[in-house]
Amino acid sequence: MKNQNNAASKGSIVAGVLAPHPPHLVYAENPPQNEPRAEGGWEELRWGYERLRKSLSSEDFDVIIVHTPHWRTVVGHHLLAVPHFKDLSVDPVFPHLFRYNYDLKVDVELAEMIAAEGQSAGLQTSLMRNPKFRVDYGTIISCHLSHPTWDKPIVSISSNAAADYFSTDVGQQEMIALGHATRAAIEKSGRRALLLASCSLSHRHFTEEPQIPEDMTYEHIYNHNQYLWDMRMLKMMRAGESRRVIAEMPDFTDQAISETRAGCLTWLIAAMNFPTTPATVHAYGTVIGTGNAVVEWRM
Amino acid sequence: MSTPKEKQQPQIGFVAGFIVPGLPQPLLAPEQSPGWGRVRQAFDILRERLDALKPDVLVIYSTQWPSVLGHQIQADPRPQGVHVDHEFHDLGTMEYNFPVHVPYADAYIGCGKERGLHMRRVCFKGFPIDTGSLVALGLLNPDNRIPCTLVSSNMYSDRAETIVLGKAARDAAQKQKLRAVAIASTALSNRLWTKPMPPKNDAISSQKDDEWNRKLLEILAQGRLEDVAQLARQFAREAHADSKLKAIWWLSAALGSSNDFRGEVLAYEALYGTGAAVVELRPGGVSRGEQEFDEDDVEFYRGERSVLSPSSQGQKTPAKARPS
Repeated sequence: MKNQNNAASKGSIVAGVLAPHPPHLVYAENPPQNEPRAEGGWEELRWGYERLRKSLSSEDFDVIIVHTPHWRTVVGHHLLAVPHFKDLSVDPVFPHLFRYNYDLKVDVELAEMIAAEGQSAGLQTSLMRNPKFRVDYGTIISCHLSHPTWDKPIVSISSNAAADYFSTDVGQQEMIALGHATRAAIEKSGRRALLLASCSLSHRHFTEEPQIPEDMTYEHIYNHNQYLWDMRMLKMMRAGESRRVIAEMPDFTDQAISETRAGCLTWLIAAMNFPTTPATVHAYGTVIGTGNAVVEWRM
Repeated sequence: MSTPKEKQQPQIGFVAGFIVPGLPQPLLAPEQSPGWGRVRQAFDILRERLDALKPDVLVIYSTQWPSVLGHQIQADPRPQGVHVDHEFHDLGTMEYNFPVHVPYADAYIGCGKERGLHMRRVCFKGFPIDTGSLVALGLLNPDNRIPCTLVSSNMYSDRAETIVLGKAARDAAQKQKLRAVAIASTALSNRLWTKPMPPKNDAISSQKDDEWNRKLLEILAQGRLEDVAQLARQFAREAHADSKLKAIWWLSAALGSSNDFRGEVLAYEALYGTGAAVVELRPGGVSRGEQEFDEDDVEFYRGERSVLSPSSQGQKTPAKARPS
């Protein structure tokens, strides 16, 4: 939503994106920031991200807010709160694919506002102010693939482990509250925000890879159950049935071993206030057996 | 039950095994809580005993280094950098610069492959070292005199595969004729407080977890490591174990899958609600019967078992599912 009428001082979410973070996609793009070189691979997903970027280019925004599974916390929800990070990120799981030199700015004021809104809603939140902190690769990859120019500040939110500690239902309630707090903070801040849920759908990996990682003759979904669940969720998104997505999320999470366990997608849908507009699925593809979709909700 | 018999201490291979917690409080903030301080003191005692053992290499399996593609072995000759814990970033920064025993790391990779495992060599500048490994190194080897290697914890690896991984560690130490110490960096119960807890009020976050922890430690104090390894699945169900307690599977296999140890529990405290134990296990106790078993092969890893397609057993993904 562009600023209209009296909305000049009221912030808004311009779009929400399911933006998965397989490092393979950055590896295959060969950006200058990443050290390993590839011959290509995973084109459907990469071209889906291209379509997303083209779509987003028509909309201006001030900040990217990303909820990431690879910064897992137990004691509440943590947010980056250091203005600038610059370092080398080596993926601890796929170091041969992702060694990325990042240089990013953080919207600390907005992070503080989200943390405060969360506290007001009864959530435990804390701000990460250690300048030596290594930004997780989920944040970096989703931001790079969605907006590779890095000319916007970001806010990165950790994934609280409530789903693991209690149940997927409890975890989901926690993320719905966090989504509402995020939306409230955005509106108070006056920012136009792009939201990224940095997660896959089904998430069972192969535990071996071919000698050439980008050899696409090896790439397929891990099992048919995962494929069916992924399609079911995407069908609901395309139909604008986001409340049904939330309703079925605990079963999906448990039965498809989904990365939605981290709460990213629930947070996103709650922050967008359960949109009924159909989502645009820019791509669906697999990465070492996991199901990944690039999905955009335009607000 | 087999007849009890005295066993001699080995001169090569694994000469001791330690269980240590992986959270950063004993390294970065032992003064904030009496319990954290006692864990730190236990680490100090263990460090002195480690020095007396004069090992050639420390082999650290850390539950905080997850892997997906097989088993990763740190083989960078000199990892260096800084690390900030993802949860407890307010406690400070861990700087590191330590030597890796590369010949051992390579031998471990080779021995793992011989046992059917997918082993991966890690040697990348800037590779992030996990909190658990750094706590063990920082408190047991602070002057970096003893070279080490680090072993990842594969998130899909269950008991049989992890046992084989432990045996490969043992093979490599014996093949290289090295005196090695195996270190399992793991919590017992792993239920952190979910709200901020003043350090001085720290306690095990569940009485049930506490009772299970104490039962395990009672058995470990008797040197019955393999019995604890066999209890791991039940413990994991009951007490929210750290990574299914798979570090104990690895440790027991590395040390020979037996109960003939002299065990000593040097500390048992809460670290932010988790069960943190510092335990020393030295070969040379009385054998209490060796009952190693698993539903799968405990000597050679034959790949993921497909419960849907028995005929595909022994094949490995992703190769099994080539497009036809």
